[in-house]
Amino acid sequence: MSYLLRNATFPNGKTGEIAIQDGLIVAVSSLEPSHKVIDLAGKQVLPGLVDLHTHLREPGFEESETVATGSLSAVRGGFTAISAMANTSPVADTAGVVEQIFRLGQAAGLCDVFPIGAVTQGLNGQTLSEIGAMADSAAQVRVFSDDGKCVFDPLIMRRALEYVKKFDGVIAQHAQEPTLTKDSQMNEGVISAQLGLKGWPAVAEEAIIARDVLLAEHTDSRLHICHLTTAGGVEIIRWAKARGIKVTAEVTPHHLLLTDDYVKNYDPVYKVNPPLRREIDVLALRAGLADGTIDIVATDHAPHSSESKDCEWAEASFGMVGLETALSIVIKTMVQSGAMDYESVADRLSVAPARIGRYENHGQPLEIGKPANITVVDTVAKWIVDRDLMSSRSKNTPFHGFELPGVVTHTFFNGKLVYGE
Amino acid sequence: MKTVLPAPDISRAIVRIAHEILERFNGADSLTLLGIPTRGAHLATRIAKAIDAIEGGQVAVGTLDVTMHRDDLRTRSPKALLPTVIPSAGVEGRNIVLVDDVLFSGRTIRAALDALGEIGRPMTVSLAVLVDRGHRELPIKADFVGKNIPTSRSEIIKVNLAEVDGIDEVTISEGVAK
Amino acid sequence: MKHLLSINDLSREDAILILDTAAELARISDGPMKKLPTLRGRTIVNLFAEDSTRTRISFEAAAKRLSADVINFAARGSSLSKGESLKDTALTLQAMGADAVVIRHPASGAPARLANNQWMTGAVVNAGDGTHEHPSQALLDAFTIRKHLAKGAADLSGLRVAIVGDILHSRVARSNVLLLTKLGAHVTLVAPPTLLPFGVDSWPVTISYDLDSVISSVDTVMMLRIQQERMHEIFFPSAREYTRYYGLNRDRVNSLKPKAIIMHPGPMNRGLEITAEAADSARSVIVEQVSNGVSVRMAILYLLLGGAPIESGN
Repeated sequence: MSYLLRNATFPNGKTGEIAIQDGLIVAVSSLEPSHKVIDLAGKQVLPGLVDLHTHLREPGFEESETVATGSLSAVRGGFTAISAMANTSPVADTAGVVEQIFRLGQAAGLCDVFPIGAVTQGLNGQTLSEIGAMADSAAQVRVFSDDGKCVFDPLIMRRALEYVKKFDGVIAQHAQEPTLTKDSQMNEGVISAQLGLKGWPAVAEEAIIARDVLLAEHTDSRLHICHLTTAGGVEIIRWAKARGIKVTAEVTPHHLLLTDDYVKNYDPVYKVNPPLRREIDVLALRAGLADGTIDIVATDHAPHSSESKDCEWAEASFGMVGLETALSIVIKTMVQSGAMDYESVADRLSVAPARIGRYENHGQPLEIGKPANITVVDTVAKWIVDRDLMSSRSKNTPFHGFELPGVVTHTFFNGKLVYGE
Repeated sequence: MKTVLPAPDISRAIVRIAHEILERFNGADSLTLLGIPTRGAHLATRIAKAIDAIEGGQVAVGTLDVTMHRDDLRTRSPKALLPTVIPSAGVEGRNIVLVDDVLFSGRTIRAALDALGEIGRPMTVSLAVLVDRGHRELPIKADFVGKNIPTSRSEIIKVNLAEVDGIDEVTISEGVAK
Repeated sequence: MKHLLSINDLSREDAILILDTAAELARISDGPMKKLPTLRGRTIVNLFAEDSTRTRISFEAAAKRLSADVINFAARGSSLSKGESLKDTALTLQAMGADAVVIRHPASGAPARLANNQWMTGAVVNAGDGTHEHPSQALLDAFTIRKHLAKGAADLSGLRVAIVGDILHSRVARSNVLLLTKLGAHVTLVAPPTLLPFGVDSWPVTISYDLDSVISSVDTVMMLRIQQERMHEIFFPSAREYTRYYGLNRDRVNSLKPKAIIMHPGPMNRGLEITAEAADSARSVIVEQVSNGVSVRMAILYLLLGGAPIESGN
């Protein structure tokens, strides 16, 4: 099936047409006569969104999500590529497991699923996993992360940073000093002191970031910082980039909007790692995303079954789903305030993540000859988030009941309409 | 609003009640007056003073709060407790005279009998009220009455006492038709 | 008031009402009327997921003196310890017709979860949740202080209270700070810096690291228990050092004002945060705190359950 998208508004604001055929964007004149015409008047077109941080839970935790259900959730949110974090069971630390995940993504056929390889075996933090084998495998892994856990041993981090230079890989660090955050439950602050919940201090994140940017400088390697959450962290990244250090950083949609105030009624839907922080941190993250200090938005989509959230706070799992609400949250917090335009949105949610992950078919300009990975969003429409209507197998969204701007109407993956009609 | 019992009448009623009580029980020795707060307690104090003026001595007098024994607790928010002070002679084997300002449905007195039952076993329990306005819902009667005032259910009887309301006066007024 | 989860659920007037009601209940149940029919027909469940004989018995005695039926759900041997979730336990209690649940739980916020979900409709009374709050303890502490130092007064205006010890992990401290300040007292927290919560300078209290500079100016000194486990978590170098600087010993007792009282929520580590001498001295009201606990808990149960059922959300 080929398509002609009429009256499309491009990220730069200009309007025009896009012709899709055989997986590519083509010249309108070469479209076969049986093509379908879709009028996109009033709608914004973006390159297909790329999420560099998703938890698909398969293998091992399929009751929360599978590669297939996660892919469905992704395309509803406008994502044509998602990177699957390695903290599955078994851990994705061998060519075998990453290839399995890769093939499951292909079988689902809705978007590209790029497995992320674990830095250490079984996430043990002590011995490197077979990074080379994973890079060479059918999954062609370039992003490596122990996310869920921190690579806390500085020597291991150094070796990993050096080792991936061989194939232009990047280490994505979950910055969390473990001894300062043992049993921590929420941001360490005035509210955690009132609520009697053990604090997760900002310094535990910032100290690791500071250490790792210096290591990346020393080894001349690429470093990516996952889910930045503090004003201090933004400062460190800014300083590091000014020195020419090859560091990139991501922020999640929930950290652009929510603060630790939401924790006051102890509802574990707000329990997430790293935790929700203060208003002043939210503002610094938004400023950092707007000025490019923070390179990308990544969802850290973390599905959890209801019994791991329907309990007392200390028992609950950390994490929120986010694929289906991400673009709307970015529109609400960044575009509606005037801090970013859609060209920047395209950069932070598609171009930059694709570049960091080296995903060649994604984040490409919407030009003839490029792969047709395209997201269409009605930026004027509003919707009310209903967790029971979401495609993810899990319902742990903190935004249930929120009215959000921006409804994804069409998602094209390799020229195929995988969401919308 | 109409005054049905002005101050002088109230004083006379109290004196008469004091005499009637003494007559019934042959003096004050075995007597314990227990007033139901708030106004019943003040009335009990006044009756006790009247009794002491007649007999010399000091009749046992105290208060009995019935809040926890009411049968209509579930229909309203919990009320603050008022003081219960039982004189040192206790209630066991005594002639208790409960004192309240108005006798109406009788439920307050039923609650008082329950409360008394928790404390001990008196020899007798009798009831003195300043006003009996009829409309009993339980088989309760007053033994010593200041004044019988027939009322309709919707009317409102208000006993004002100087200790609480600044003036001694019993008034009747039209209530909202129910 | 539908639940008592935190002192923040109470206005100053609510708190004074509880204290006044407790005072009257103490007089009548010590004297003439040992048992009151007020909660007859109501079922109160003690859901204690943490060991605590003292508090549980106190709530049980309070409920029984009001003629309520009491069911004890202790963690050991109960389904909570076999891994049944809080939610399933709540659904079971609802099916059993519990009008109120008195819950003590090691997780901060567990009572809030019971109250805010649709799992059960009864009233929830927080008997101590993690390191968050212990409202009935604060109320009985305020009752005790008022009885000794503010006879006839409604509140605690002008009184100076020092709370000494592991403030960081103490739900008793949190509830007391909220309540004592609400009632007009001035609170000083005394602890080593490692045992004070982050952001404590935003609390309406004075902070001191030095017990000796504070002890002679307060009307009440409230000692908190130091848990043995804290030794291993590096909050202070040794028990000896803690006791030297923060323990209530004879010298410190002697520097107290003539009418000052010594309090402790229990259980005590005699010889660690408080010497046996101090605990047993004439100024100590520690044992009285326990008996005051029953009257205060009767007042709480009466005010929560003794009237018309409150629709959630009121």
